[in-house]
Amino acid sequence: MSTLEITDLHVSIETEQGARKQILKGVSLTINTGESHAIMGPNGSGKSTLASTIAGHPRYLVDSGSITLDGEDVLDMSVDERARAGLFLAMQYPVEVPGVTMTNFLRTAKTALDGKAPSLRHWTKDVKEAMSQLRIDADFAQRNVNEGFSGGEKKRVEILQLELFKPRFAILDETDSGLDVDALKVVSEGVNREHNKGGMGTVLITHYTRILRYIKPDFVHVFVDGRIAEQGGPELADRLEAEGYDRFLTNSPAPAGSPAGA
Amino acid sequence: MAEATQLDSPASEEKIAIDGFTEEGENLSPFNEGTVQHGAKKHSHGDAPVIPEASRGERLKSYKLDDFAPLNGREEDWRFTPLKRLRGLHNQPLTGAGPAVEVTGAANIQVETVGRDDWRIGSAAIPDDRVSAAAWEAFAEATVVTIPAETIADGDVHISINGVDEAPAAQHLIITAERFSKAVVVLDHHGKTTLAQNVEIVVGDGAELTVVSVQEWDDDAVHTSTQQARIGRNAKFKHVVVSLGGDLVRMTPSSLFTGPGSEVEMYGLYFADAGQHLEQRLLVDHAVPNCKSRVTYKGALQGQDAHTVWVGDVLIRKEAEGTDTYETNRNLLLTDGTRSDSVPNLEIETGLIAGAGHASATGRFDDEHLFYLMARGIDEKTARRLVVRGFLNEVIQQIKVPALEERLTDAVERELAAGNI
Ligand SMILES: Nc1ncnc2c1ncn2[C@@H]1O[C@H](COP(=O)(O)OP(=O)(O)OP(=O)(O)O)[C@@H](O)[C@H]1O
Ligand SMILES: [Mg+2]
Repeated sequence: MSTLEITDLHVSIETEQGARKQILKGVSLTINTGESHAIMGPNGSGKSTLASTIAGHPRYLVDSGSITLDGEDVLDMSVDERARAGLFLAMQYPVEVPGVTMTNFLRTAKTALDGKAPSLRHWTKDVKEAMSQLRIDADFAQRNVNEGFSGGEKKRVEILQLELFKPRFAILDETDSGLDVDALKVVSEGVNREHNKGGMGTVLITHYTRILRYIKPDFVHVFVDGRIAEQGGPELADRLEAEGYDRFLTNSPAPAGSPAGA
Repeated sequence: MAEATQLDSPASEEKIAIDGFTEEGENLSPFNEGTVQHGAKKHSHGDAPVIPEASRGERLKSYKLDDFAPLNGREEDWRFTPLKRLRGLHNQPLTGAGPAVEVTGAANIQVETVGRDDWRIGSAAIPDDRVSAAAWEAFAEATVVTIPAETIADGDVHISINGVDEAPAAQHLIITAERFSKAVVVLDHHGKTTLAQNVEIVVGDGAELTVVSVQEWDDDAVHTSTQQARIGRNAKFKHVVVSLGGDLVRMTPSSLFTGPGSEVEMYGLYFADAGQHLEQRLLVDHAVPNCKSRVTYKGALQGQDAHTVWVGDVLIRKEAEGTDTYETNRNLLLTDGTRSDSVPNLEIETGLIAGAGHASATGRFDDEHLFYLMARGIDEKTARRLVVRGFLNEVIQQIKVPALEERLTDAVERELAAGNI
């Protein structure tokens, strides 16, 4: 078993005006492989910031706190080292990369992650199979990474990578948004296929419980204003959907270190 | 003469958007900094600066230097070129010996060195700028390569052009593919030089000719080259520009259709490093009906003051009914401090065409692209190479001269290595 541990994480960004803006104000979260966590919370509460900070996006500046993977300092690793250590971020807004075909990209990434080129025959078969399970057209392989893909197609391609790269920890940032009912099902099945192998810890960032009907979370965390305001089991998600975040927001700004409710 | 209309791409059969890439219009004067740098602004054709010539077809053409006014750098066709760096090509006598020419390869073709009075001089070209006219007046002898009628060259024709000094010089070459012949001709430029060059290309009826001009000069070379092709009936002509080395390289290739049913493909690949100026100005002149042209130029830029220019003029004259044309230029800015000017220009004098369009995009490889690739485990260096290779390979693959493909792939690798990315 592996553990991804986030302790009292404070993160800020530099705004365009050059001022520093604090976004994460003390986040602690422990994820073990085999577990599935849902993070919910209002717009702008810092969910993507947490995800991007774990992945190592240079825009996010860690002021204090730590992230470790089985005790190893993740914050000390470059972006690619984190990926090779087994962290995977399915992005909320996957970028289009000019000039690089999906085929070339997937093979290059797999080679980097494994430290050796995959056996061509197996790899081609794996890619084809994963694509067809996710209902991604075969001709996407020849297209440039994410170029001209619809929102839903981009999300499917993120999950394709999840299935092919087999990370130890997968953070899915609103992978469900922009998906219609059928696509949501297809994508959730993809995540479950990987998760149910038992070697992966999953963090689902979402606004809606509909994806949680397909991917059952063991834990639900409510994110408000850069902190985890409440944690619970799957029932918490239903409550949030019914009641919204109002009761957290009226309590805020809560003093640091005193999460509302529990 | 009918009024020229400037048309935007009428149909988007070909998508022009590269993400992270923005469409560039024509508002790209050298004084208009920033627009190209960030590729962020979208221009409509209504914003285009006034182009002094009424039509590209009316540009002055003459064999006489004196017919052209001395250059001041504000001329439409010189406005992007740093004249100071021409090292006298535009205002000094071109008396240097010039680079040595050596033709090897195919055995069943004819290679001659001829004097100025040879009957073939002027068979395809007439200078349309001052430097080209200066070169025309100054050259002493010309190299003439002829692929005889109905002959398929029994190998690629390799023309090595090797410079050893920097005295301003003129050079003249004529490549003739007689009717129903077929050949690939590679002009391979290397060494030191300050050279104004005219290359005349005759593509006879039914001939199939590929001319590739590779500029792998030493870092301080200065080279201007006018390469004019005259294309007969039912012929196929492919022209490829590869500009990698040199301080200032300015290519002005053109294709003139003189008989119906012909096809032209013009490709270009350029990679500018810090301080380099690589310019390409093209003309496709659809002067007769039912011809097809495709232009694809791609460039990468890295390092402080790397500058590239692409101007693509396509002229569809009144007579050129049934014309089918499309031109694209894409540029990839790999670092800050680079600058890429891209100006497509389509003039259409008849409505009875099969298709006409153009696209131009300049984008940067930015931190978000890098983050995405690195977040999948790919290290920074590999990520950058992946993008550049992919971007330029699209052109390399279309050249379809196997020996050259490999060489160009290697050359791109070297550029990448040199730029330390
Ligand atoms: N580059 C930036 N410049 C300025 N503010 C930023 C930047 N990136 C994020 N922020 C701010 O940081 C805060 C947290 O943003 P974040 O994207 O993490 O929220 P989120 O919880 O993922 O929201 P959503 O549910 O809308 O995706 C927001 O107030 C946002 O405006
Ligand atoms: Mg978000």
